Amino acid sequence: MRNKVFSSFDEAVADIPDGACIGMDSWAIAATPQNLIAALKRKGVKDLTIVTHCFIPMIFSEDKATMPSVLLPQMKKLITPVVGIAHLGGPAFVEEYVERGLEVEQTTIGTMSSRLYAGAARLGGIYNPVGVGTIMEEGKEKRVIDGKDYILEKPIRLDYAFISAHKADKLGNLVYKGVFRGDGPVMAMAADFTIAEVDELLEVGEIDAEHVITAGIFVDRIVEIPEDGLATARKLKEMIYELHSIEPARKLMFG
Amino acid sequence: MKQRLDRDAIAKRAAKELKDGDYVNLGLGIPNLCALHAVEGVIFHTENGAMGYGPLVRADELEKADFHYHDAIGRFWIPAPGMSCFDVLTSFVMIRSGRMTVILGALQVSQKGDIANWSTGAHGGTIGGAMDLAFGSKRVIVTMDHNTKEGKPRIVRECTYPLTRKECVDLVVTDLAVIEVTPEGLLLKEVAPGWTAEEVQELTEPRLIIAPDLKEIEL
Repeated sequence: MRNKVFSSFDEAVADIPDGACIGMDSWAIAATPQNLIAALKRKGVKDLTIVTHCFIPMIFSEDKATMPSVLLPQMKKLITPVVGIAHLGGPAFVEEYVERGLEVEQTTIGTMSSRLYAGAARLGGIYNPVGVGTIMEEGKEKRVIDGKDYILEKPIRLDYAFISAHKADKLGNLVYKGVFRGDGPVMAMAADFTIAEVDELLEVGEIDAEHVITAGIFVDRIVEIPEDGLATARKLKEMIYELHSIEPARKLMFG
Repeated sequence: MKQRLDRDAIAKRAAKELKDGDYVNLGLGIPNLCALHAVEGVIFHTENGAMGYGPLVRADELEKADFHYHDAIGRFWIPAPGMSCFDVLTSFVMIRSGRMTVILGALQVSQKGDIANWSTGAHGGTIGGAMDLAFGSKRVIVTMDHNTKEGKPRIVRECTYPLTRKECVDLVVTDLAVIEVTPEGLLLKEVAPGWTAEEVQELTEPRLIIAPDLKEIEL
């Protein structure tokens, strides 16, 4: 078994080329594979397609937390169900990039998960009942099956998946915690190449087979987040306290 | 000026629709307040991957917040016995399954029960999970303002804003009324205290059917 464990995020992303299609979770800052995103930014590859849940403006300075939107200058296309949120000015922050050619494909959360699953299972497409009669129909084939309307949606295959997980063993078996699972499991399966950043790297045998959520077959590289990395327990706690001290954020989060 | 129901009162009334054993997803805004008023035994679902979570962490007990446990907009909650955590794919299979009740906010609802709640069309909006929720829920309850700030109706013949889904709303609770969507049309069942059916009709675009047992909203 080739060694999957890398000690540096920069090395883990070293062979990602221009034009890559990369999936990464982002539902809340904490569940985001921040260290891999920061490494991708440092690498500077261009013309990326980013598939992610929550594409919102950077709220914190990059040394405190990073998010997929930090990659905007390197992106050619965005596939997401959430472009901006009302409290942060909505989708306005991507407009200057759209004007310069950024393609934005909006979808629903359930549709994106389903399309990723379709990509993972090598399906040719899915007939989706969600979005019938709405903007989601635009430019797509429709079909009536057993009297019901469906929209034909194409699968999403990823060149790379960046996964944030709680623990990994050296074979790449992953477990998650709480709501950090997000789109991680399906993205790991939909990608040709999966890189995971984890809170804790364990020895083979330390994860109960019944508890493995993402099997190691889907994971190619693992990096353990160092003490001074992003998205550590300490940094996340600091973020919570900082958000709590900002009036509009406090109202939203504890309202 | 006659008093309309405030946000908390709308939430209280909508929460009365939830029963012990219901699996419920609450949308952003007023629906979220429904959790405070629901009866014991309602099981809450959050889109980002948990079912049966516990009470929300208040601003004055921040030390209880664990960043692994938060809802769709980032609010922290305390894990509860019987809780399950799962991925978003699974979460949305639950949402599409027909096993859940959803309380959603709306910008507009049409006389046939179409809902528009993701964009006013003026600039882009965020689609999120609302279309999935509107499709897959066994019961769709809407909480909304009866009118815009300028006093225009939000309950309309046809939605003018980009649609979330057609013909899916079952019940609408506004700051003035409780309206049931029926095959025959919109049935006005309850009015805010002090309001008459005629006054509510004035502020509603489609013709309402007045329930024979019309009564005031009780909280």
